[in-house]
Amino acid sequence: MKVIIVGGGKTLFFLCRNFTAKGYQVVIINRDKDECVQLSRQLSAMVVCGDGSDAGILKEAGAMGADAILAITPNDQDNLVICQLASLKFDVPRAIALANDPDNTEIFEKLGVSAFSTTQIVGSLIEQRASLEQILNLLPVGEGRVNVTEIVLGSDSPVVGKMLKDIDLPENALIAVVIRDNQPMVPRGGNDLQTGDRVVLITLPENHGPVLKALTGEQR
Amino acid sequence: MKSSRYIVVVGCGRLGSHLANCLSRDGNSVVVIDRVETTLNDLSPDFSGFRINGDATHMAVLKEAKLKNADVLIATTHEDNVNLMVAQVAKKIFHVPHVLARVFDPKREEVYAQLGIDTICPTSVAADMFLKAVTNGGKRQNGAAS
Repeated sequence: MKVIIVGGGKTLFFLCRNFTAKGYQVVIINRDKDECVQLSRQLSAMVVCGDGSDAGILKEAGAMGADAILAITPNDQDNLVICQLASLKFDVPRAIALANDPDNTEIFEKLGVSAFSTTQIVGSLIEQRASLEQILNLLPVGEGRVNVTEIVLGSDSPVVGKMLKDIDLPENALIAVVIRDNQPMVPRGGNDLQTGDRVVLITLPENHGPVLKALTGEQR
Repeated sequence: MKSSRYIVVVGCGRLGSHLANCLSRDGNSVVVIDRVETTLNDLSPDFSGFRINGDATHMAVLKEAKLKNADVLIATTHEDNVNLMVAQVAKKIFHVPHVLARVFDPKREEVYAQLGIDTICPTSVAADMFLKAVTNGGKRQNGAAS
């Protein structure tokens, strides 16, 4: 898989390190000459110095054969144009833009560019963690229309000892995976839940609260 | 006939302020948006429209400019990407009937023509004029002889 990342800073650095460790071929586009020198020393990625919203620079970075492009500069307008150029001019199959301003997520989607907002993701993570300490992980997918949540069942949970088919869950919610003693399994109605089980839930933002309440017994 | 339309001009530099002054003088209702407050002072004293100090890539600023009532939006900032984003938002989200964006980079202009955004590229315009002047210059000498 070949990925082009446009941007800079720590997010880019760690993202790139992560991708190269997975064996992806990564090309970085960055405007700052000094940062480019640093990045090329520290990472095993190709670094192109220039404006990512310039078609010539995108071409130089090999946009023609790229599988995905990620625009994570601090300027939303640049991220939008980078993704539009990449998909319209170079047929990059996946172009994803960071929306620094959370309001722009919706706008970018309307303009045909898939977008994400770290503010929204981090914000909801913090909210969820602060309200329920059993929550280990929360991942919004489908542009935030679906939540994937991982929780640990405490001994005071009302569902401990019950079989899945006897648990009354709200509509549109699913217990997708149960991890017991590090052993993941996809449960069926005849499986029970025990204290210490890590449960992966699929919920919608609308029923997220009630589902969590049904499983943990806590308010909110 | 003097026209009276609601026109939003984004960017109050040399081009933006000039356009805003002319359009306002012609009797249009003009709103000018610029990120830098002092540049709004470049408008002529008889400019009768509104001035908004803010970043036009933020929805709140465009809403403040009542963009959904606008007949025309002209994006003239010195950043191509800002102009392109504002123009697309105006066209696709606020449904402004007539949207124009200044784009310096001719390569970018091509792509946005595909997306139905009207662009004016000063680089190509100037290049055309230079080329014409060069060829005409040759002809003119011939013409002068006849």
